[in-house]
Amino acid sequence: MDALIAQLQRQFRDYTISLYQQGFLDDQFTELKKLQDDGSPDFVAEVLTLFFEDCVKLISNMARALDKTTGAVDFSQVGASVHQLKGSSSSVGAKRVKALCVSFKEYCEAKNYEGCVRCLQQVDIEYKALKTKLQDMFNLEKQIIQAGGIVPQVDIN
Amino acid sequence: MEVCNCIEPQWPADELLMKYQYISDFFIAIAYFSIPLELIYFVKKSAVFPYRWVLVQFGAFIVLCGATHLINLWTFTTHSRTVALVMTTAKVLTAVVSCATALMLVHIIPDLLSVKTRELFLKNKAAELDREMGLIRTQEETGRHVRMLTHEIRSTLDRHTILKTTLVELGRTLALEECALWMPTRTGLELQLSYTLRHQHPVEYTVPIQLPVINQVFGTSRAVKISPNSPVARLRPVSGKYMLGEVVAVRVPLLHLSNFQINDWPELSTKRYALMVLMLPSDSARQWHVHELELVEVVADQVAVALSHAAILEESMRARDLLMEQNVALDLARREAETAIRARNDFLAVMNHEMRTPMHAIIALSSLLQETELTPEQRLMVETILKSSNLLATLMNDVLDLSRLEDGSLQLELGTFNLHTLFREVLNLIKPIAVVKKLPITLNLAPDLPEFVVGDEKRLMQIILNIVGNAVKFSKQGSISVTALVTKSDTRAADFFVVPTGSHFYLRVKVKDSGAGINPQDIPKIFTKFAQTQSLATRSSGGSGLGLAISKRFVNLMEGNIWIESDGLGKGCTAIFDVKLGISERSNESKQSGIPKVPAIPRHSNFTGLKVLVMDENGVSRLVTKGLLVHLGCEVTMVSSNEECLRVVSHEHKVVFMDVCMPGVENYQIALRIHEKFTKQRHQRPLLVALSGNTDKSTKEKCMSFGLDGVLLKPVSLDNMRDVLSDLLEPRVLYEGM
Repeated sequence: MDALIAQLQRQFRDYTISLYQQGFLDDQFTELKKLQDDGSPDFVAEVLTLFFEDCVKLISNMARALDKTTGAVDFSQVGASVHQLKGSSSSVGAKRVKALCVSFKEYCEAKNYEGCVRCLQQVDIEYKALKTKLQDMFNLEKQIIQAGGIVPQVDIN
Repeated sequence: MEVCNCIEPQWPADELLMKYQYISDFFIAIAYFSIPLELIYFVKKSAVFPYRWVLVQFGAFIVLCGATHLINLWTFTTHSRTVALVMTTAKVLTAVVSCATALMLVHIIPDLLSVKTRELFLKNKAAELDREMGLIRTQEETGRHVRMLTHEIRSTLDRHTILKTTLVELGRTLALEECALWMPTRTGLELQLSYTLRHQHPVEYTVPIQLPVINQVFGTSRAVKISPNSPVARLRPVSGKYMLGEVVAVRVPLLHLSNFQINDWPELSTKRYALMVLMLPSDSARQWHVHELELVEVVADQVAVALSHAAILEESMRARDLLMEQNVALDLARREAETAIRARNDFLAVMNHEMRTPMHAIIALSSLLQETELTPEQRLMVETILKSSNLLATLMNDVLDLSRLEDGSLQLELGTFNLHTLFREVLNLIKPIAVVKKLPITLNLAPDLPEFVVGDEKRLMQIILNIVGNAVKFSKQGSISVTALVTKSDTRAADFFVVPTGSHFYLRVKVKDSGAGINPQDIPKIFTKFAQTQSLATRSSGGSGLGLAISKRFVNLMEGNIWIESDGLGKGCTAIFDVKLGISERSNESKQSGIPKVPAIPRHSNFTGLKVLVMDENGVSRLVTKGLLVHLGCEVTMVSSNEECLRVVSHEHKVVFMDVCMPGVENYQIALRIHEKFTKQRHQRPLLVALSGNTDKSTKEKCMSFGLDGVLLKPVSLDNMRDVLSDLLEPRVLYEGM
């Protein structure tokens, strides 16, 4: 049993490090993990769930705002949503999403329609990818716990 | 001749006489028999008859008398002895009964008579009561009329309605032909016919007030009967009616507001009366009854009261209108004043900028010019230009400062600075001039003078510079000494008590010079702006006299006091001022303890129970911030909008974190509003920390200007948050975060 636990832990550690190295996550995520303790055992999961819900909502807002068929494009509305998304993503440590938001915002301010549409698509792809990756990470965590082990603290330096 | 037992009648049988006797006796008998029958019949009919047995007796008497007379019929002719016997018996019985009856009647008849008198008495009484009741009824009716009249009169507060109603109601109640009211004119010398009931009167119909009949009426409070021919009663053309109705006049006191007292009836000292004249219908032969006169008097009094109520109401309405007008005028004046102040401030701000720019150009270029090659004449000219422009610049600054100080828009800029260094700097600035004038300056700093203090460094320097500068300016020889110490006891001014609080102290600076001195009489004038004493020394020194005024105002802003002591002209003077400064614990501790500052100062590492408020529109970052704070043990309340934040924030929250990432200044406004909210309360306001996406200089400046205590860069790390909270919660006056 211990061997399984050790293997799982190793897998978890590698996976997590890869996420950081690939730029999906940044230090803020580490900070988030620090906040999870006995008082709030599911803190990270809560925050991430809220974040992904937010993503869905904001992305659909932006899609609606960028929809030319309903009239002129309201770049200020798009900008507002992007701002929100940037804030959220920076709070959870979603590095790639945040970076995309930054360039998205620039396109918005420049009122570059094509740029905005492109960014929107990319944001959509990115957050879904992040979601999948995090889901895998959580699954690994669950497996470790089910196997009776504890989730290791991963130190990113 | 047979001897018969017959009795012969006494008289000879005279036929005619006997016949008449016979018939009379017969009728008497019938009458005597019928009387009791009648009596019985009528007594039976009547319910009341007290003496029934008397009746019986009387009946018996009558019957016997009747029987006697009946039997007498037989005695006219020859009759037997039996008849005579019966006759005698009857007579005897009759006699007995008659005597008994006679005797009894002696008792009875007085009774019966008294009954009669009683009956008469009762009848009189009844008549009297009837009369009285009639009187009472009339009185009650009068009372009712009065009440109704009063009610009518008092139900309105309009003067004209009151008077008109009075006349109408009186006319109706008393069935008057005419009713008129004469009011005194403005001059008081005439009575003018103001209201009549029926007849239209010519306008401006007046009678002089000094008529004897009028005086008579005014002299008494009762209704007075006057002649129908008197001028006040002659209202309509006499149209042949030969019998004018009686006229009554009564005075109506016109109470002035000032003598209407509640407790006692007002003395009628104003003696202003109106005259009410009432005329009965002509040809009616009606007389004025007492109760009618009383009614009239009562009504006159009520009218007086009603009129004064109306007058009071008019007064108060007028006063209210006046107040409203004044209010409007004041409001307008205030707005104008505000506009004027705003205009002046705008003007000053603009002029300040506009004036300073050329000024700086002049000064700068003149200075540069000084550096170049110049002939001595040119150098002199340039120096003069420079000196003049410096003076002008100083003047402009002074004026601007003063005007800002005056309308209270100046606020101290608090900061931590080194007090010792400040004094030394001031001295360094003054030293060149002092050396030129050969005036040694000495500086004495008390040993307990704190080194690091909190206050407005620039302005304090301005004050010290000004005072020391004055000392140098006005001294031709001698020396100048500057002493700085911490003061705890009462200062010279009696109304100014120095109470050193925990983190504050009062700095006292004494600048003594041995110069011209000041006349004690001039001392109060010194601090007024633009005032200068007339001595030669001052006139040659230049300056606009604003310096001390400004210094005084700054000192006052710092909750201090400034004054000058002098022993007289030529004996020098000492300028002393106290200001309140805060003690900065940083470095003072280290100075006292002698060890360098180390992070060994105990920091809070957990903030259990610390109540904080987090305001962030973004749900995710809100949650993250909350998690951060909860991890540190705080009790977190979350709000998602400015309004909610204002609503929820209370003195229980020690720190408020607000997200200011959104562009614009709306989020910063919330800081101001929180400041506002808490300056009104006694409680300490929570510390305000901004969570921002960047912490460049402009953001920091913005935060400072809006009264925030610190700024954090988002996303916040746990260590950062811990550090920030520790710093905030240490007892420090100023915080610089992140």
